[in-house]
Amino acid sequence: MANQVTATRRPAQSGRDTSARNVKLAVLPPAERISLRAPAGAVEALSRALGLALPVRPCTSATAEGRTALWLGPDEWLVLDEKGGDLLAACAGVEALHSAVGISHRNVAIAVTGPGAETTISAGCPRDLALEAFSVGACARTVLGKIEIVLLRTGEEAFRVECWRSFSDYAFTFLDDAARDAAS
Amino acid sequence: MLLIRCPYCEQDLPELEFRNAGEAHVVRSGNLVAESDEDFERFLFIRENPKGIIYERWRHIHGCGRFFNAVRNTVSDKFLMTYKAGEKKPESLPGDAK
Amino acid sequence: MPQSYRLQGKGRLTPAKGLRFSFDGKHYSGLQGDTLASALLANGVHLVGRSFKYHRPRGFLSAGAEEPNALVTVQRDAARKTPNVRATVQELYDGLDAHSQNRWPSLSFDVGAVNDLAGSMFSAGFYYKTFMWPKSAWKNVYEPKIRAAAGLGVSPDQPDPDHYSARFAHCEVLVIGGGAAGIAAARAAAESGLRVILADEQAELGGALRFESGASIDGMDGWSWAQEAARSLAGMPNVRVLTRTTAFGYYAQNFVGLVERVSDHLASPGGALPRERLWQVRAKRVVLATGAIERHLVFAENDRPGIMLASAARAYLNHNGVAVGRNVGIYTAGDSGYAAAIDLKKAGAGVAAIVDLRDNPTGALVDEARSLGIEINHGRAVVRTAGKLRVSSMTIRPKNGGAERTIAVDALLMSAGWTPSVHLFSQSRGRLAFDAESRRFLPSDYAQDCVAVGACNGTETLEATVAEASKAGEQAAKAAGGKTAKAVAPKVDASESWAGGMVGSGPGAGPDDTVKAFVDFQNDVTAKDIRLAVREGMRSIEHVKRFTTNGMATDQGKTSNMHGLAIAADALGKEIPQVGLTTFRPPYTPVTFGAIIGHARGPLFDPTRRTAIHPWAEANGAVFEDVGQWKRAWYFPRQGEDMHAAVNRECETVRKAAGLFDASTLGKIEVVGPDAAKFMELMYTNPWEKLEAGRCRYGIMLREDGFIYDDGVVGRLAADRFHVTTTTGGAARVMNMMEDYLQTEFPHLNVWLTSISEQWAVIAVQGPKSREIIEPLVEGIDMSDGAMPHMSVREGKICGVPTRLFRMSFTGDRGFEVNVPADYGQAVWEALWAEGRKHGACAYGTEAMHVLRAEKGYIIVGQDTDGTVTPSDAGLDWAIGKKKTDFVGIRGLTRPDLVAKGRKQLVGLKTKDPNVVLEEGAQIVADPRQPVPMTMIGHVTSSYWSQNCGRSIALALVAGGQGRMGETLYVPMPDRTIEVEVTGMVFFDEAGGRLHG
Repeated sequence: MANQVTATRRPAQSGRDTSARNVKLAVLPPAERISLRAPAGAVEALSRALGLALPVRPCTSATAEGRTALWLGPDEWLVLDEKGGDLLAACAGVEALHSAVGISHRNVAIAVTGPGAETTISAGCPRDLALEAFSVGACARTVLGKIEIVLLRTGEEAFRVECWRSFSDYAFTFLDDAARDAAS
Repeated sequence: MLLIRCPYCEQDLPELEFRNAGEAHVVRSGNLVAESDEDFERFLFIRENPKGIIYERWRHIHGCGRFFNAVRNTVSDKFLMTYKAGEKKPESLPGDAK
Repeated sequence: MPQSYRLQGKGRLTPAKGLRFSFDGKHYSGLQGDTLASALLANGVHLVGRSFKYHRPRGFLSAGAEEPNALVTVQRDAARKTPNVRATVQELYDGLDAHSQNRWPSLSFDVGAVNDLAGSMFSAGFYYKTFMWPKSAWKNVYEPKIRAAAGLGVSPDQPDPDHYSARFAHCEVLVIGGGAAGIAAARAAAESGLRVILADEQAELGGALRFESGASIDGMDGWSWAQEAARSLAGMPNVRVLTRTTAFGYYAQNFVGLVERVSDHLASPGGALPRERLWQVRAKRVVLATGAIERHLVFAENDRPGIMLASAARAYLNHNGVAVGRNVGIYTAGDSGYAAAIDLKKAGAGVAAIVDLRDNPTGALVDEARSLGIEINHGRAVVRTAGKLRVSSMTIRPKNGGAERTIAVDALLMSAGWTPSVHLFSQSRGRLAFDAESRRFLPSDYAQDCVAVGACNGTETLEATVAEASKAGEQAAKAAGGKTAKAVAPKVDASESWAGGMVGSGPGAGPDDTVKAFVDFQNDVTAKDIRLAVREGMRSIEHVKRFTTNGMATDQGKTSNMHGLAIAADALGKEIPQVGLTTFRPPYTPVTFGAIIGHARGPLFDPTRRTAIHPWAEANGAVFEDVGQWKRAWYFPRQGEDMHAAVNRECETVRKAAGLFDASTLGKIEVVGPDAAKFMELMYTNPWEKLEAGRCRYGIMLREDGFIYDDGVVGRLAADRFHVTTTTGGAARVMNMMEDYLQTEFPHLNVWLTSISEQWAVIAVQGPKSREIIEPLVEGIDMSDGAMPHMSVREGKICGVPTRLFRMSFTGDRGFEVNVPADYGQAVWEALWAEGRKHGACAYGTEAMHVLRAEKGYIIVGQDTDGTVTPSDAGLDWAIGKKKTDFVGIRGLTRPDLVAKGRKQLVGLKTKDPNVVLEEGAQIVADPRQPVPMTMIGHVTSSYWSQNCGRSIALALVAGGQGRMGETLYVPMPDRTIEVEVTGMVFFDEAGGRLHG
């Protein structure tokens, strides 16, 4: 009885990008995401199911096959799959105690790249982002201006900024403003 | 802006990521309904608000999300130590606690 | 007379780089590298302002940030108008347009100067004592008049068109101050390879080397050495040199605020460049190299234009090549005055005489001055000056009294000695100690990981300063974890020292003299005022300060504090340290609001949150309202409809057919784990263990004190999974409270919380036709009443995408809430809209939603409750699990006050005249004839016109309300008293059949 209307997806800030002299900003395409919560005893089983070793050291991440797990708290990971892999399905078979909740649509990701990337984010993020303090692969939930973000360093001059959907306009506008200052 | 050591992240991090959550070691009774009015008043309303050393709760709300305990000097605003939620109130404090 | 005071071949500016500027409409020329002050002086202009209280003519006191007098307005265009700019700091640019302040009708003829003639009236505390009564007149008459007459510049009346930026920065060593000490410290620290930031408020590094002459460092003259060092530091990858940057605040744990003035010195700023940039620096170690500020001497009429600090005159001469006069007098209490006299004399400017308070001055500088033929009057004091708009003479006499002599001068330089700039050290909470011998406060006990070096630490020669700073830089880097070779301190060959001097009032300005000897120029405080404060009973320096306003102007007493303190101590017959020192607070110099705000303007002032369906609402003419940070569709007016008409139509349509409502902003939390139900039992008043998967329940959450905290519908998706909704405003705090209890009180429970507020877009479809609208789009869900009764939840697909479909109602009519992943929200809304139109449905906004729920007596937490309302007060007793032994708030509910009689309870109100709509917040009384102030027994919490009821409806909190059914109460308004009847809270479909029908 259902008629065959299929809803089209309209991601927030889709395709928005900008480049200043030292910095490029780009809203990244949608990714699969789960918020994964589990006690230490379930880490091994979940790692096996997801195909990557869930990091247990604070503020570190692990990547394999387009899949990245970010340590956000002692029992919390943000797991991303940029190849469309079904993360909920991957965890569904795990018997060990855990909670996997789909949040693919909750977050929007913005790539900040270039020699001025660190300076751009430092306009609103109080953490020390020097390579020595926040190396490639480091990640953290933190703040950017007046919003909360998850920050992942994907390269020496590259960051991934994740925020909630309704804050993505603010995040992009803020980074854009900061990028212009970083270029000046 | 203070720097606060998160015992879960094991780093000193900017205060902007944290939120104070009031006095620590206020025990919620396992049998709250049986508490006398006086005991319940003490639990709900009465706080030390000391000048000097305070044991208080913080949440690394824009970080790892964990609640933890801290010992801070309310006069100098110095953190003497932080420790995880559920850990006992420390019996001794690091050197410059006076 | 173009720049007739500019001396050829003097100074460091390039004559070819000429700039034009104007002051009070008159055009002048200056040079690249000038400040507004030096450029005006080059043109012989000394008169630049009128004083705050007495409107006395004033000129430049200093050549730096401490300037109390030379405040001007710099105007670029109608919006770019900056008042209270210190002319001594403002760099000249081509076309600079500056105006004097606090004068009318003109700077040279100012009507307000009558205050000066009546000066004996305007003593300290005059305003407090004179304008005391009637009390109301202070606010309405006196204060506005006084403010208009006494004042600084006028604020611009247009929005600031510039933009500002901000950065957090981290370093191992922060060096504040870029004079010889700061440079030496930064160079030594930078050797380690660690991150070093060097900040200085001037355009170029060099500090006091700007005015000093004859110093040689590493074989170069001092200034050249500083420029060379600046270049080499700037070239190091681990070093950031910030010029035009003021460290204004030193906060806990080496957190220091800096403001960088990025484009105020440019002829055409704008573009990508911010006007200012705020740096919030976290440093492992801080080196304070903030130098010292020269003090003036306190004597009669020491404030005329042309009277200035000796070091300032040297800066104008040695840096800008400007002679501040052609016949200059010098009044000094130490060697610094001699250095100025010598420089001027050598440059060919006439030196009238040196007046030295000391009885037998000796030393190299004294000898040199003498050998240059400069007249030296030792053991003497300047006791008076003359000159209307510029000093024309000084009158001197032996300091202990004797014959007077008047000497013509066209400028008079003063030096009472040097005050170490301990402002930032003091802000760091370090303790200052008074050094009795040198009569100054110096850093004593450190509270943070910092060190003071050079003049701000009381070190008195350049050689000692550089050696001390170099070592401190090296040690700071080492302490911050750096490996560093032993730094080689630069070799210094210099003879000047900044020791000696005096504090307090000079001869002729003592307790028996009735002269105006200024201590604080900006606030017009004289030595006499400070003594008066003591006579009036002020004992603490903090009281003296507030009574006289000494040190309370925008310059915060940089030149006046020590003199004021010494005069007060003298009057009290106490030693200076016993009287105390006023507290140094941020900011060191004024900071613009723009710098503090940074990026947070316009769209970045606060995040604006929009739902996934927002674009549709916007395209369909919605009027939005702000709900926290959210923009929510308020109502959807059609052509010709006002708000009232639109809301009436929306309310009617929902009950007649159906309506679509964007409920995406509701907070949503997924509660997952084997102990999920146990956790829900503890967090909500309701029972949850027995709620079947697939069913929903309205939940109430209390605080531990027993008052309602939040509410919402909760769906159980599976034995171990709940989909919890919260109010829009409560989303974040409910999540926080749940986490708090879970982590700290109930950590034994195996359950986790995830915010899914933004994962799901929520489309409420409400009304008798709601099922018909949704059903054709849904796959895998049987929506029949039997299979999906009111208060149930199903998972399936809609429009080919996943949905959590709730059957629930906030209107009292049959209703559903369609949850879909947010990116699909708009597409699913559009599909539902297309179906809805077939059935005559409308889109409705938050206003209609409010009316519809009020018709049914459904409360809104935060509107009908205010943090003092219990479930019983709100008529929600039924939602408390009676058999439960614990939940948050269970004990609070039994507190004596919460079960007492006469509590305010939620009831309905019907106005006797059905057309009258009450005002929300209006107070309610039982007897309108009682005398004022009346006893108020409650207030209106919600009130609307209900088109469906054909009358107004209202909810109210009324004392003992549930026992007053049918009673008549009164709502007194300014123009009339409204009669109301107390009723139940349900105004529409009291039986509730429509929920299921």
